[in-house]
Order: sequence, then C-alpha cells, then structure tokens
Amino acid sequence: MIELKNLHKRLGGRDILKGLSVKVPKGMNFVLMGPSGTGKSVTLKHVIGIFKPDLGSVHVDGQDVPAMDRKQLMALRKRMGYLFQNGALINWLSVADNVALPLKEHSQLSRSEVDDRVHEVLKLVGMDHAGKQEPPEISGGMKLRAGLARALVTNPEYVLYDEPNAGLDPIISEQIHELIGEVRDRLSVTGLIVTHSRACATQCGDRIGILEAGKLAVEGSVDEITASDHPLARAFMGQGSD
Amino acid sequence: MNLAAGTIRFLAERTGSAGYVVNLLVRTALCLPRIPRRLRFLLDNCFNAGVRALPVTLVVAAFAGAILAMQTGIELRRFGNTNVLGTITALSMCREMGPFITAVILAATVGSSIAAEIGTMKVSEEIDALEVMSIDPVDYLVLPRVLALALMCPLLTVLSNLIGIYGGSIIAEQNLGVSPDLYWVGAIESLTSSGTLLPKEVYVGLLKSLIFGVAIATVSCAAGLKARGGALGVGLAVQTAVRNSVLLIIVLGFVITWFFYFLT
Repeated sequence: MIELKNLHKRLGGRDILKGLSVKVPKGMNFVLMGPSGTGKSVTLKHVIGIFKPDLGSVHVDGQDVPAMDRKQLMALRKRMGYLFQNGALINWLSVADNVALPLKEHSQLSRSEVDDRVHEVLKLVGMDHAGKQEPPEISGGMKLRAGLARALVTNPEYVLYDEPNAGLDPIISEQIHELIGEVRDRLSVTGLIVTHSRACATQCGDRIGILEAGKLAVEGSVDEITASDHPLARAFMGQGSD
Repeated sequence: MNLAAGTIRFLAERTGSAGYVVNLLVRTALCLPRIPRRLRFLLDNCFNAGVRALPVTLVVAAFAGAILAMQTGIELRRFGNTNVLGTITALSMCREMGPFITAVILAATVGSSIAAEIGTMKVSEEIDALEVMSIDPVDYLVLPRVLALALMCPLLTVLSNLIGIYGGSIIAEQNLGVSPDLYWVGAIESLTSSGTLLPKEVYVGLLKSLIFGVAIATVSCAAGLKARGGALGVGLAVQTAVRNSVLLIIVLGFVITWFFYFLT
C-alpha cells in the first residue's frame, strides 16, 4: 500500500503541497486529478523518492521512503514502474533497448531471456513490431506504450502513471486507458494515476481524489465522485469536461 | 544593501556550482570500477569526441604553429639567431599551445554537445527515468564521457603538437629562410634530449591535456545535469559549459605550469 500523510512541499518559492494525505490500497488504481500546478506530478515524485517532503510522511508497504538511503531507494524502485508524460525514452537507444534497459542493468538474465521478456511486454502493449525503431521515429502514443512496456518489464508491484494520455487523440487515449486497466487486472499491479482526463479517470480508476490548493479536496469511488456535488468534482467529472 | 545581498547570493551560487562539479567528479571516480559495463558507450564517446574535434583541431594547430614560428622568427632574425626556431616552436607547442588549443576546441565542440545532450535529457525527464529505473546517471552518462575526453584530449594534443610543429616548419622555410634540416634537427633534439623516456615538456603537456579533458567533460556534464526549464535551460547549460570549461582550462594551465616549472 502507498500511504502519504500530511505531505508538504515548497518548490521555486511556492507551496505546492499543503497537507496532502492519500492511501492507495494494493491491487487498485487510484486516480489523482486536479487543476494544473496543484502538485500531482510532484506527489508521484515523492512516492518514488525523487523528492523528499518538507513535512509529512511517505510510506510504501510500511517502508518510510524519505528516510531511505540510496541502496534502499534502488531496491524500492526495482519494485516500481513509472510512466512519464512523454514516455521519457532514451533517444539514442531503440525501443527494444529502452525496454530492455532495466533488465540489462539489474537482472542476471541471459541475452535471449532478456529478448524474450522484452518481446513479451512489447506484445502486451501492442508494440512488438516496433522494437527496432528509435524514439524520434515513433509517434507520441507509441512512445507512451513503449514507456509503459519499460515500466512493466521488471514485473513491478506498483506503477505510477504521470498524465498517461497527455497530448494524445481520443482513439490512442482509449487504447492507453485499456492498457492501464489490463495491467491492473491481468498483472495485479497497483496504480497511482495522475491525469486531467475524465475518460482516463472513469476507465482506469477504482478511486478518485481531486487536489485543490495542495491537498485532497474530495475523494471517493468513481461513482461517488461522478455523483458528487463538490464544484471541483463537477468541473472534472461533469459532461464535456474532457 | 541590495548590491551586497546580490553579491553574496552570486558568490553563494558560484560556490554551490563549484561544489557540485567537485562532487560529480568524486562520484564519477567512485564509478570507475564499473567501466567494463560501459565499454560500448566509452568507445562511442571516444569516436564522437575524436571525429568531431579532429578536423578543426588540426587546422587550428597548423595555423597556430605557423603564427608562432612567424612571430618568433621575426624577432630571432633581428639577432641572427633563427637556427633555434625549431627548438622554440616545438617546445612552445608541446608545453602550452598544443594542449591549450586542443582543449579549447574540445570545449567548444564536444563540451557544448555533452551539455546540450544531457541538458535535453534532463528537461525531458530522461534523467528522472534513469533514476526511477535505479540506474545512476553518473555511472551511465557521466563516466563514459569523462573517460572518453580524458583519453581523447591527450591523443588529439599529440596530433596538434605534430601538425603545429609542421606548420611552423613551412613558415620557417618559406618566409624566414631556415633550412628544413636545421629546423627539424632543433625540434627533434629539444624533444628527445633528456635522460627520461619523454622530456618534461612532453609529459607535462600531456598531463595538462588529460586534466583539461577531465575538466571539460565534468563541467559540461554538470551543466547539463543542472539544466531546467526547457529549450532556454538547455541553451544556458551549453553557455555555462563552454564558459566554465574555457575558464578552467586557462586557470588549470597556469597552475600546472607554475607547479612543474617553478615549484618543482
């Protein structure tokens, strides 16, 4: 379980998080929504230990993330995948090499075992035909799917999704949402998803939390948030909000 | 009051940046045992550095040697002493001009490209992606680049020295009437007439270029890793990398020369 308690963070002279508390139970996709600049991506970076909170705590399976040394953080990160907004693929490596990177760096697998595993996850995200292509040659949606394959290649227990459909057309977005649902259902992966998109929240999420001024303004199941009278819930989940 | 506060903030930022570069250098040194895993990247970086900088380095070195011979020769001719022109050109190229020219060109070509490449990776979250995959960016990105420049800078310096001395020989013969035999005998004797395997001028010059190579790569990687804010941030990182590299080359060049020729 991911548990954030009373998280405070100040960046660039501005208070970004002001007492955020969130619980993400195992096996569930938790969607974090909110206006731009309310600290959604910053929250994800606290979970994976890139940022340390000014105040408050971050626990993953009971382990205190900010108190971890580099070795412990590396061990934690091996159990987590992270899908960046644009995939964040290494530009000079092919798609297959990008996906293989965590395995080549950390696992004791042979080259053929790595190739098999890479092919398996690329197939899962519908990219098995594009392994030899390089990131500048592929579309935004393909980059995201390749990024998701890289996040999944080590069989993580958790995946953090940062705006998984940003800048994508509705058809590709729909494919990405289905993939995120599949990852939870088929691989039992726990997800923390940051998005602006109602479609993403309703299709991928089990629970939704909406951030306002650095803390959670409203939280509930997809049905509860959809039916909520809270102005932010209506703004994000109402008809035409996508 | 504002001026004082601004000055203190400026100095604090500069001290912080210098501390970051030193810290990066130490972390890179600690990653050295992992170099067998980075051999492919090391060779790629060596090739890139060599190929990118070689043509400009050779042209500039040839002209620098020619200018050196010309300016020195004009004065020597007044005293009827042009027979030592080969000696002076060879020693000046090996001690100072070769390492300096090569390092400045490497800073402008390879250093700027390192800062741009790593800066772009930083602003597009590729560095964060490495971190979340538990891959140390220093080990993965910085180590091969620092080692590549530490190897290529001395290698290019040797070529610079040779081409510079050759450039001087053309001017010596064509404009100053010094016979090629006299010029080359002076040059070769000055670089071989010592009890050690290499004369002090050559090994101090090579040591200088090795240190310059490490400095350029470390400063450029540090500038890239500290980039933020999109294309503008990458541009500033390149500017910082080239400016700080050239500054360091001059200051380190002075310190090394002082240490070897005045302190020891």
